[in-house]
Amino acid sequence: MSDMNSKIKKVTKHISQNEGLIFERSSAGKAAYKLPPLDVPEVDAAKVLGSALRDGLGNMPEVSEFEIIRHFTRLSTWNYAIDLGMYPLGSCTMKYNARVNEVVVRMDGLANAHPYLPEKAAQGALRVMKDLSDALIEITGMDAITLQPAAGAHGEMTGIMLVRAYFDAKGEKRRKVLIPDSAHGTNPATAAMCGYQVENLKSNSKGMVDIESLAAQMNEDVAALMLTNPNTLGVFEEDIHKIADLMHAKGGLLYMDGANMNALVGKARPGDFGVDVMHLNLHKTFSTPHGGGGPGSGPVAIKKHLEPYLPTPVIVTKKDGTLGFDYDRPKTIGRVKAFYGNFGMHVRALAYILANGPDGLRQTTEDAVLNANYLRKKLEDVYELPFKSPSMHEVVFSHRLQAANGVKTGDIAKRLIDYGFHPYTTAFPMIVADHGAIMIEPTESEPKEELDLFIDAMRSIAEEAATNPEIILTAPHNARVQRMDEVTANRKPVLRWKPESKSATEKP
Amino acid sequence: MAFPADYRYTKEHEWIKVDGDTGTIGITDHAQDSLGDIVFVELPKTGSDVEAHKAFGTVESVKAVSELFSPVSGTVTAVNDDLATAPEKINSDAHGSWMIKVKLKNPAEANSLMSAADYEKFVAEES
Amino acid sequence: MRYLPKSPADREEMLREIGAPNIDELFSHIPAEYRFKRDLKVPRQMAESEIIEYFKQRSEEMSAGFGILLGAGSYYHYRPVIIDSLISRGEFFTAYTPYQAEISQGTLQAVFEFQSMICELTGMEVANASLYDGSTGVAEGVMMAVRLTGRSETVIARSVHPEHREVLATYAQHQAMPIREVGFGENGRIDLSALDAAITDKTAAVVVQSPNFFGTIEDVAAIADIAHKKGALLIVSISEALSLGIVKPPVEADIVTMEAQSFGVPLGFGGPYVGVIATREKFVRQIPGRLVGQTVDKQGKRGFVLTLSTREQHIRREKATSNICTNQGLVALMATIYMTIYGREGLKELAKQNLAKAVYAAGEFGKIAKVLFGGAPRFNEFVVQTSEDSRAINERLLEKKIIGGLPLKKFYPELGNAALWCCTELVTKEQIDLAAKAVQK
Repeated sequence: MSDMNSKIKKVTKHISQNEGLIFERSSAGKAAYKLPPLDVPEVDAAKVLGSALRDGLGNMPEVSEFEIIRHFTRLSTWNYAIDLGMYPLGSCTMKYNARVNEVVVRMDGLANAHPYLPEKAAQGALRVMKDLSDALIEITGMDAITLQPAAGAHGEMTGIMLVRAYFDAKGEKRRKVLIPDSAHGTNPATAAMCGYQVENLKSNSKGMVDIESLAAQMNEDVAALMLTNPNTLGVFEEDIHKIADLMHAKGGLLYMDGANMNALVGKARPGDFGVDVMHLNLHKTFSTPHGGGGPGSGPVAIKKHLEPYLPTPVIVTKKDGTLGFDYDRPKTIGRVKAFYGNFGMHVRALAYILANGPDGLRQTTEDAVLNANYLRKKLEDVYELPFKSPSMHEVVFSHRLQAANGVKTGDIAKRLIDYGFHPYTTAFPMIVADHGAIMIEPTESEPKEELDLFIDAMRSIAEEAATNPEIILTAPHNARVQRMDEVTANRKPVLRWKPESKSATEKP
Repeated sequence: MAFPADYRYTKEHEWIKVDGDTGTIGITDHAQDSLGDIVFVELPKTGSDVEAHKAFGTVESVKAVSELFSPVSGTVTAVNDDLATAPEKINSDAHGSWMIKVKLKNPAEANSLMSAADYEKFVAEES
Repeated sequence: MRYLPKSPADREEMLREIGAPNIDELFSHIPAEYRFKRDLKVPRQMAESEIIEYFKQRSEEMSAGFGILLGAGSYYHYRPVIIDSLISRGEFFTAYTPYQAEISQGTLQAVFEFQSMICELTGMEVANASLYDGSTGVAEGVMMAVRLTGRSETVIARSVHPEHREVLATYAQHQAMPIREVGFGENGRIDLSALDAAITDKTAAVVVQSPNFFGTIEDVAAIADIAHKKGALLIVSISEALSLGIVKPPVEADIVTMEAQSFGVPLGFGGPYVGVIATREKFVRQIPGRLVGQTVDKQGKRGFVLTLSTREQHIRREKATSNICTNQGLVALMATIYMTIYGREGLKELAKQNLAKAVYAAGEFGKIAKVLFGGAPRFNEFVVQTSEDSRAINERLLEKKIIGGLPLKKFYPELGNAALWCCTELVTKEQIDLAAKAVQK
C-alpha cells in the first residue's frame, strides 16, 4: 500500500465517517421543528377536506435537528469539490464560486421577492436583470437577450425555436439542422425537440468544421448550423468567417453553443464573427455554482432579426424611466419556463461581472487559456495529442499510448482520484471518444502549484501504465468506496428506499 | 465460440434460424462480447411487422445503446419475455437466447445471408 | 483580480515554459479582424464592499418584510436556517454532477433520499433527481406520456397554472402534439363531462393540477377513471407541494409532476426552483432526467450511482427522452433537507396551519366580497371576486406593506374582477384582517 501511494503528493488518506440513509435514523416522536401557535381558529381537517384528507405520511423520516446536521455534513465530506482542489472536467468549467455572490443573493429584498410582485415593488430585481442583460450583450456582441432559460440545454431549445420562428415567419420550411460530430449530446436532442432532422457534419483533420463538407451539405433545406466555438476540442474555428458566410449565403443561421465562452470573454465576440443566436451557461463562464448538478442558467443572446420572437416577457424601460415586463409580443415563441428564469443565478452572475470589470474579465480568459496551454506543453510528450491545432481553454489528449498496456481513459481517470484530483472528462468529445478522450479544462482558478501537482500525477500515472498497469485498472484504492457495480444498478434498478431494504445493511 | 452451422448471419451481427416459415432471431456471441454487459433489451410487440435490414429494437449496455437489425422481413409471432428481466442471458448464451420469432414474408430471404463459416471469416476480418 | 491565483512572475514563467513570447500569442489563431481590442463596456472592477452596496440598494428597491398573501405557483413558507448552513458547504455547492461515483457519494446518497421522499409523498413508485421546475415538468410529463402511449394529443384543464400551460404549448408546437383545454365548473373543478367528451382515441394524456390554480382540490380518482377508460394516461401536476402534508396523494395518476419550491426554496423572484417527475415503476425507462440507484462496490459496500443513463442525451443524442443535462441539484438538496426537518409529523402540522389560515381568510373575505368555488375542498388558496378592480385593492394594500392576491383578469377574463389569494403559515391574522378591510375599501 505504501508503495502504491509513494508518488502521491497532494493527499493523505484520512478518516471518513460512516452514515446510513436518513430513514434509518428515524424513529417516532423525534422532531427537528417547532411551529408557533396558530393565531386563527384551529380547523378540523377532516371536515374541511372530506375524502381528500390524507391518511398519513408513510415512511417520511422523524429525526432531530442535530442529527440532520450530522447526516448531511457527513455526506458532504464524501464529495470532491472545487473548494478542495482542481476539478479539471473538460467542457464543464469548474471555476471558483465567489462567496460574495452567495451573500448578495440571500439579501431579504431579493431572496424573498415574489415573482408576481407589482412592478413598482420589484424595481431592484428588474434592475439586476437589466444590468446583467446589458453586460452579457456587450460581452457577446449581440443585440438582445432573454434570461429565461433554466440551463444550457434549455437555452439551446429556446435558441433553435427562435430559428424556427424566424423561418416560419418568412414562410420557409427548412427541415434540417447541421451538427458537427464534435458537438455536445444536448445539441442533437434539442434539434429533434424542435422538429428538425439532424444532419451530421464531419470534422477535418485539424478537428475543425470541414469547409468543403459544409459547402456541400449547406442548402436551402438547412435552417442552422449548431456550432460550438471554441469547439469541444478547445480549438477556435479558424474559418469561422467562412462558416458564417456559407450559412448566410444560403439564408441559413449560425447558432453558437456558448458552453466555451470562457475562452473568449474580452478577447473576441460571437456577434462580431457572424453568430445569429447563441446561449450562455452562467454556471460555466460566469461562475454560478454547479451545485452537484444544477441549477444552471442558459440565457440566449441574439441578433436584431430574431428579436420579435423572444420568449415573453421581455424587460423594457418604460417612459417614466422605471423597468417593467412587456408581455405584448405577438410573434413570440411563447414561454419556456414559468416566471423569468433562474433569477438567483442572474444575481450571482452579475456579482461576478462586477467583481471582475473589463480588465478582470479579460485577465480571467487569458489565465484560463494560459493554464490549458501550460498543461498541454507539460503532458504532450506522455499522452497523445490527436489534434495538434492550438488549444484555447481546454486540451484533449487520447489514451492511445496507454491503451497499448490495456489502460484506458476511464482507468486513468479513476487513478487520478487516488492522487487527489477529480477526473477529467472521459467519454467526450465523440470524435476522440473512440480513441479514448482525455479532456482537461483547468480554468483560470488554478494556481501554478496545483497545475504542477496535476502534471506530476498525470506523468506518474503514465509511468504506472507502462510498469504496473494493474494498479490503474483496479483504481481507485484510496476513495471511500471502490468501483461500483453499475451493471446490477442498471439491470435491477433500486431507485428508492423501502422499509424492507433496512435489512440490506452495509458491510463494515 | 463456434457459430451454429444451422443459423444464418448478418453483417450487423444478428443470427436467424429458419424453421419452415418461422425465423428465430437473436444476436451473435461476437456481438454480445463487444457490447459488454447487457442491461436492457427493447423488443417489438407480437403482431408488429419487421423489415429486413431495418431496426426492430435496441440492446443496451451501461453506457451505450445499439440498434437491432432484422435479418428478414415478416411479422413478429413471439417475443422472448425472459430477456426483459434477465438480459444477462444474452451474455451467457447468445446463440441460445432468442429475441423474437418472425413469420417470414419470404422464407427464401434468409438464404442470401452469411453461413457460419462466412460469418466467422467476416468477424476475423473486421477485428 | 482577486479571484485569480497567479502573480505576474508566475504568468511569465508559464509563458516561457510554453514557449510563447506573450499572452496574445495564445490567441493569435483567432482571425485578426475578430480579435477584440478595446475594453468591454461593463462597470469597472468593484471591491467586495461596493458589490454588497450595489445589491443592498437593489434589495431596498424591493418590498422586503411585506406580508405576502400571494401564491399562484410560488409560496412564501418559513425556511429553517439549517437549510442554508448545510447547502453552503462547499462540498455540496461547488461539486459537479456526480458522474464519478467514488468521490460523489454525498450528492448521490442525498439524491437517493430525495427520490425516496418524493415517492413517499406523491404515492408514486419512482421519482427522478429533479427537473428545472414545475412548468417544464408539465411539458416533460406530457412528452413522456406521448412516448408511452404512442398517441399524440393532450387534454389539459384550464385550471392548470396558466404559465405552465404556456410552457407546454411552447414545447409542443413543433412536435405535432395538439393540445385541447377543458374548462372548470361552478365548484372550480374540471368539468368532468366536458373532459369525457374531449378525450379521443388519440389522447395520450389528461393533465390536471391539484390543488389547481384556484386552490381547489380535484377529484383525482374520478378523473383517472375517465382518462383510463379511454386508454389515456393521467398526469397530475402539483404546484403547492406542501399540500401533500394533508391532502391525499394522487395515487391514481400515472405520472405526477411537481414544483417543490414550497419545500425550503426561497421565492427568489421566480427561480431557481425545483421540478419533480414521478411515475410507476413500469414506466421508468421513459422518465426524463437523471436517476440515482443503489448498488454495491467491488467489496460489497452499499453505494449509489447515476443509472439508466442510456435514456439521456449524452448517449442517445437525438433519440433521447429529453435534452435535459443540468438539473436542479442544489435546490433538490434544499428540498431534501426541508422534508427531513419537518418529516412525517411536521409536514402534516404545517399543512394544517396553512389550511386554518386559508379557512379563516376565506371566511373574512366572504363577509364583504364573493369567494368563488365554494363547492369543493381547497388547500391554502382561494379566489375572491370584487366589484372593484383587484389592482386598485393591491395598490392600497401596498401602502400597508401587504402584497395582495394575483389579479386574474389577464388569465381568466370570464371571472371579472377576481384575484387569487394565498395564506401560508407566515401570514398573520392581523395581515388577513387588514387585507379584508382593504377589499371593503
